[in-house]
Amino acid sequence: WDSFTTNKEHAVTMPCTWVMACAYAPSGCAIACGGLDNKCSVYPLTFDKNENMAAKKKSVAMHTNYLSACSFTNSDMQILTASGDGTCALWDVESGQLLQSFHGHGADVLCLDLAPSETGNTFVSGGCDKKAMVWDMRSGQCVQAFETHESDINSVRYYPSGDAFASGSDDATCRLYDLRADREVAIYSKESIIFGASSVDFSLSGRLLFAGYNDYTINVWDVLKGSRVSILFGHENRVSTLRVSPDGTAFCSGSWDHTLRVWA
Amino acid sequence: MSSKTASTNNIAQARRTVQQLRMEASIERIKVSKASADLMSYCEEHAGSDPLLTGIPTSENPFKDKKTCIIL
Repeated sequence: WDSFTTNKEHAVTMPCTWVMACAYAPSGCAIACGGLDNKCSVYPLTFDKNENMAAKKKSVAMHTNYLSACSFTNSDMQILTASGDGTCALWDVESGQLLQSFHGHGADVLCLDLAPSETGNTFVSGGCDKKAMVWDMRSGQCVQAFETHESDINSVRYYPSGDAFASGSDDATCRLYDLRADREVAIYSKESIIFGASSVDFSLSGRLLFAGYNDYTINVWDVLKGSRVSILFGHENRVSTLRVSPDGTAFCSGSWDHTLRVWA
Repeated sequence: MSSKTASTNNIAQARRTVQQLRMEASIERIKVSKASADLMSYCEEHAGSDPLLTGIPTSENPFKDKKTCIIL
């Protein structure tokens, strides 16, 4: 999609009924997506109308259960995936080989996020076992684990500085965990919010936390004060995903009401 | 026989869990007061460059309405 003109640029049909994850390559030349087909496929992007994108598809990852999240690492050559089979895995795009696998979650892994620094080699994953785990990509070991949520963790996102991360969960709260202090440092919740948070993202400076909820709203939280700054209405069904643009001027939310909305 | 292998598995698994927990317990932690101070200073530093926080002038906003809304 082109977000300024709202024109659909490309549509790629997938062989499975649910596409649950998609990611842009850092160069912008390829996309990876996957879902109930248990695989992650990479499509090189081409703006030539005569080319059939589906023909160039490359199947990269194979899990034994659905693919819930995928993300390119700092290069176009490696992809990190999270799956309903309880594991995360790092794959080489060219050869489709498994480079590293991460075992430790007791249930489906629903989300993952890579640490923001260029030299970073850690990532955080959240799962249905209520745990958020931080992994070292090179050794495959779990470095830290946090288990304070009371239900499935739907979304995790690193704080821009890389020293903390936020998580959104079905227990209707979002929580901020500091990696160096190794504990939860803030909870973002209100008694009036009873629906789970499906997706979270930080603004550029990390002062605002945007969270999309299953009650069709988006709440904006002040990260440092722990209070809600504003609530955004507009979607007609649950908000399933949310991302701030790389330049920080706007964020986009996707919902079960078949629309993507850009908020600026 | 099967119960014995099951309990051996449990022991092996328990040992792994203990090892993992020992590893996690031994990592170096800093105080929350220091960690939160760092988070706060990061926010202050970058607040100026955050368009969603400080707002951008309408002339530069690519999402502003280009035509006024005409009610038919």
